[in-house]
Formats: sequence, structure tokens, C-alpha cells
Amino acid sequence: MNALSFHPPDAAQPPQAADEAVVRFEGVAKTFAARGRQTAVAALEDIDLTVRRGAILGVIGRSGAGKSTLIRLVNGLEKPTAGRVLVDGTDVARLPEKDLRQLRRSIGMIFQHFNLLSSRTVYDNIALPLEIAGASREDIRQRVDPLIELVGLADKRSRYPAELSGGQKQRVGIARALATRPKVLLSDEATSALDPETTRSILDLLATINAELKLTILLITHEMAVIRGIARDVAVIDNGRIVEKGDVFDLFTRPRHPTTRTFLAAESGRALPAYVAERLTERAGPGSQAVLRIIFRGSHATDPVLSQITRTFAIDVNILGGTVDAIAGRPFGTLIVAVPDEADLLKRVTAFLTARGLDVEALGFIALEADRASAPAAQNEGGHSHVA
Amino acid sequence: MSPEIIRLIASSTLDTLYMVAAATAIGTLIGLPLGVFLATSKRGELLSAPLANSILGVIVNATRSTPFIILTVSIIPFTRLVAGTSIGTTAAIVPLAVAATPFIARLVEGSIREVDQGLIEAARAMGASPLQILAKVLVPEALPGIVLGLTLAIVSLIGFSAIVGVVGGGGLGDLGIRYGYQRFMPDVMAAVVLVLILLVQGIQSLGDALSRKLNKRVRHG
Ligand SMILES: Nc1ncnc2c1ncn2[C@@H]1O[C@H](COP(=O)(O)OP(=O)(O)OP(=O)(O)O)[C@@H](O)[C@H]1O
Ligand SMILES: [Mg+2]
Repeated sequence: MNALSFHPPDAAQPPQAADEAVVRFEGVAKTFAARGRQTAVAALEDIDLTVRRGAILGVIGRSGAGKSTLIRLVNGLEKPTAGRVLVDGTDVARLPEKDLRQLRRSIGMIFQHFNLLSSRTVYDNIALPLEIAGASREDIRQRVDPLIELVGLADKRSRYPAELSGGQKQRVGIARALATRPKVLLSDEATSALDPETTRSILDLLATINAELKLTILLITHEMAVIRGIARDVAVIDNGRIVEKGDVFDLFTRPRHPTTRTFLAAESGRALPAYVAERLTERAGPGSQAVLRIIFRGSHATDPVLSQITRTFAIDVNILGGTVDAIAGRPFGTLIVAVPDEADLLKRVTAFLTARGLDVEALGFIALEADRASAPAAQNEGGHSHVA
Repeated sequence: MSPEIIRLIASSTLDTLYMVAAATAIGTLIGLPLGVFLATSKRGELLSAPLANSILGVIVNATRSTPFIILTVSIIPFTRLVAGTSIGTTAAIVPLAVAATPFIARLVEGSIREVDQGLIEAARAMGASPLQILAKVLVPEALPGIVLGLTLAIVSLIGFSAIVGVVGGGGLGDLGIRYGYQRFMPDVMAAVVLVLILLVQGIQSLGDALSRKLNKRVRHG
């Protein structure tokens, strides 16, 4: 399918540096004024954030964290109460109504509940932004047909939204958002109403669009799986503030903020196996062992450190669980082990691992003696070539 | 029944249709935009004009709460001004239209308020102007509901049109009262009631079918 070729690089625009900001939040705050019996709500505070041209930036946060408010500031659906939101250098809030409408045509948006017109067919829904922009019937046809092709709905051209599945509706939403050739795509929980498999296919479509059309994407979600599936950069928002931001791989492998950890806890690789979680205690008991989480990042993911520990310290290491995974295209392994809780052995093991570039996290203690035999020695969810 | 009576019933039916059709046309012409405005002009809404919204709301409510017979009589000077006379079928259109307009406005308002707010949001995000949002999103999406509302309005107007016989409006209601009741001709009364039932049934079925055809929110094979 070469349906993507319809989008030639805009010749009128000068070549732009790759790290140039398309969207930029500068000290942004948004407070919803008190009204009636409701008190004022500080939805966003102190937001500094940059979306670079061609990037996919994911913003993750709990319900009510301020994600929708954040994304709505970009196309001026909300106005900041402090600071500025710049799109290609233009302060969105200062644009007169007419120019704002013009700007919005260069910003596509997709929604959790798709927001398609039930009275219009697939074709006519995708045509709507072009009609609004005053395009001719012929121009609309030349634009819409390849878009339908791009999102893989050629056979649904004349169907109404009620006749489509959730994933198909979101494909229409995406095609509609692309109709006016935007420079940024805003995605507000676009996959939250979809099952994991459909989510995957929609994320793949977005990734394709990002790669082939060089379209910048700002995506908000409450699911870590969405971030790891598509974003390279991520910001964690909690209670209206950005508490952590950076490279997706770094954030997944070295989360610093408790909120980030909470999101990661739900991720398969980070969760403790149930039989460990049940027995884990904060303090050492009689006969208990220390439980460590060892994190292998990138190039270290295949180091045979466990056998090195066993040899160097002459101890037995119990493997309680672990996975090897890829995040943002880089390998990432987690291993949960128990080592004897002796004097300063724990300190020395930790130092040994840290010196080899691994992250070590002490999780607590576990009494293994009683059910050593019944507990599975290791849950080999992924291959552990380095264990051998 | 004599051929004369049958001719009378036919011409009265035409009178009724004429009055109802004209009143519906006028009521829709004014009531539709009014309803759209009522649905979009509260504080913070698309056309945000809270003062105009409340004033209009009060007028609409006042008109709707006045019993039709009282409304008809009390606006006679206005009717004379508009129609040149206060008696006859054409004059009867005036009170019917006056009653239909706020009724239709409220029904249209209701249908438009049913439209998912997310669609307004999506249209704004596309750079649509308030008028474009009205014309391309709100009215088309509300159309199945508006059609049902108009059907209801027409059926109500058929009922109201029987009352304007009091001021010499003519039509089926007038015929029923004058022949069926005052001259005690039960067969005329029965015929009038039958024609009215058929009219209402027909219009309701037509409205339902049209609304169903326009409604793409549900799958139908
Ligand atoms: N128009 C508004 N008026 C008043 N308060 C608002 C308004 N919009 C949002 N808020 C408040 O601002 C806060 C952030 O809301 P927002 O919709 O941005 O959260 P969110 O992160 O998108 O949540 P969710 O994941 O549930 O969609 C909430 O406390 C919300 O109640
Ligand atoms: Mg939200």
C-alpha cells in the first residue's frame, strides 16, 4: 500500500531542525474559576513541556490529573490562566478567534469516544474538516479517498459509524484528523475504549503515520502499555504537575517518582510473582533471605552476573522471578532473587552489581526454608541466558 | 349521508389541512431557529447570550402555558392586524402559528441538547465557526429528533384546529360541532372523528418512518 505517498513534504516550508519545538508549554497553569457551589480547581500548575517536531510524546496520568486540560490548551479549547502555550512559536491564547480557527486546522485531534457524526458516512465524516475549511468537492474527494485507503477502510466507505467496530471508528477518527494535513496530532485517550489487540493496531497505525508522514504526536493516556508501545518521550503528570519526564526507556527502567512506580507496578515485568508478594516482609525474620530486584538495562541485559555472584561470594542465589523485555526498542530485564541475609553480604552483593552497571533494589525479606521445595525455583517468563 | 355532507366533510378536511400546514410552516420557520438558539445560548454555550436566552425562555413558557382558546381570543387584535380579519380559515392560521412556534422551539431545543457534546468539541477542534457547528453538526445530528418533534406538533395542531371553529375558523372541528353536535347528526360526528383519526394516524406513521430513515445511530439491515 503506497497510500502514504499522497502527503508530499510541504515545499513552502523551510527545512526545519529536527529538535525544533512544535508545541511548547512555558510555565503554564490552568485554574477553573469557582462557580456557584463549586470551589476553584487548579487543574494544571507549572507546566514546562516541549513536543519536538516529528516526535511522539506520551503524557501519562491518573484520572483527573489534568491530562485532557493539558491537551486542550494546545488547540485553544482551554486558555491558560498563567504562562504560554506556543504552537510553532505562536501563542495560542493570544490569537483572535478567526486566526485560532485557522490554527486549529493545522492541529488534528482524536478522542476516546471517537466523536464521529452518526448522520454521516465514513467518507463524509472524513470530509467534514475539509468542508469546514471550504475545500471544493473535487479537492475533498482527492483528499478523502487516499485517507480511507491509508486507514484500511476502503470497504467501509459508505458505512455509517453505527455499523463499525470501535477500532474502525477510531480509524475514521484518525483519517478525519489527518484530512487538513496537520502538523501535530493530539490524541486524548484514543485507545482507552478499545481492547488490547485493537489498541495495538491503532498504535501501530499512529506509529506508521508518525514515521511516514513525519507527523508530530502528543498523546495522553492512563495506560503504561500505550506509552511503551509507541512513545519515545514521556511525561508523568500527577495532580496537575509534571512529576517526571524524559526518555521512555529511562523512565521504565529507572522510575524516580512514586506515581511512575505505581503505573509501572501494573506492568507485567515489574510485578512481583504472587507467591513472593504474599510472603514478602519488611523486616528480616528467623531464617529469612533478602529479596533483591536486579534490573538489567540495554547492553547489560545479557550479562551472566548471577553465576559471577555465586562464584565470587560462594553463596546460593534463589531466583524468584523475572522477565526480559524490550522497551522503546531496547532490551530490559528484571530478575527477582533471594540471597542469604548475612552481615554485610547484602551490601557487598549490591556494590558488586552496581559496579557492573545494574540497578539493584532491596524489596524486603522472605522466609523460604519452609516451602523451598514447593515454591517454583524460577518463573521463567522470558529467557535468562545470563543465569546459566 | 348526502353527497352534500360528503362534500362538506371533504372541504372541511382540506380546510384543516390548510390551516395545520400553514401554521406548521410558519411555526417551523420561526420555531426552528428559535429552538436552535435556545439550545446553544446559555452561559458558556456556543452562542453564549444568557440574557437573551432567559428572556426568550420566559416568553416561550408564557405562550405555552396559556390555554389555546384563551390565546386565540386574546390575540384577536393581532390576528386582525396580520390577516386583515379575525374570522375565517386564513385568520385562524395566526393563533395556530403563534401556539405552534414556542412548542416547536422547545421540541427543537430538546433534540439539539440531545446531541453529544463531544461532537461540538470535535468540530471546534477542526476550526469550525459557531454557525458551521450549527449547520453541519447540531442540526443534522438532531434531525431525526426534530422530525419526531414536528410530527408531534402537527398532531397537536390538528387538535387545536378544532378549537378555532369557535372564532369561525372552519375545518373538521367546526363541522363536527355545528353539524354533529348542534344539529345532532351523529353520522357526521362519527365521520369527522374517523377522518381525524385517519389523519393523525397517517401523519404519525409518516413522521415515524421519516425519522427512522434519517436516524443512522442504530443499525438497520
Ligand atoms: N470545565 C471545567 N470546569 C471545572 N473544572 C474542570 C473543568 N474541566 C476539568 N476540570 C477539572 O480539572 C481537573 C483535571 O481534569 P482533566 O479532565 O484534565 O483530567 P484528566 O486527566 O483528563 O482525567 P481523565 O483521565 O478522567 O479524563 C479535574 O479535577 C476536573 O474536575
Ligand atoms: Mg481526560
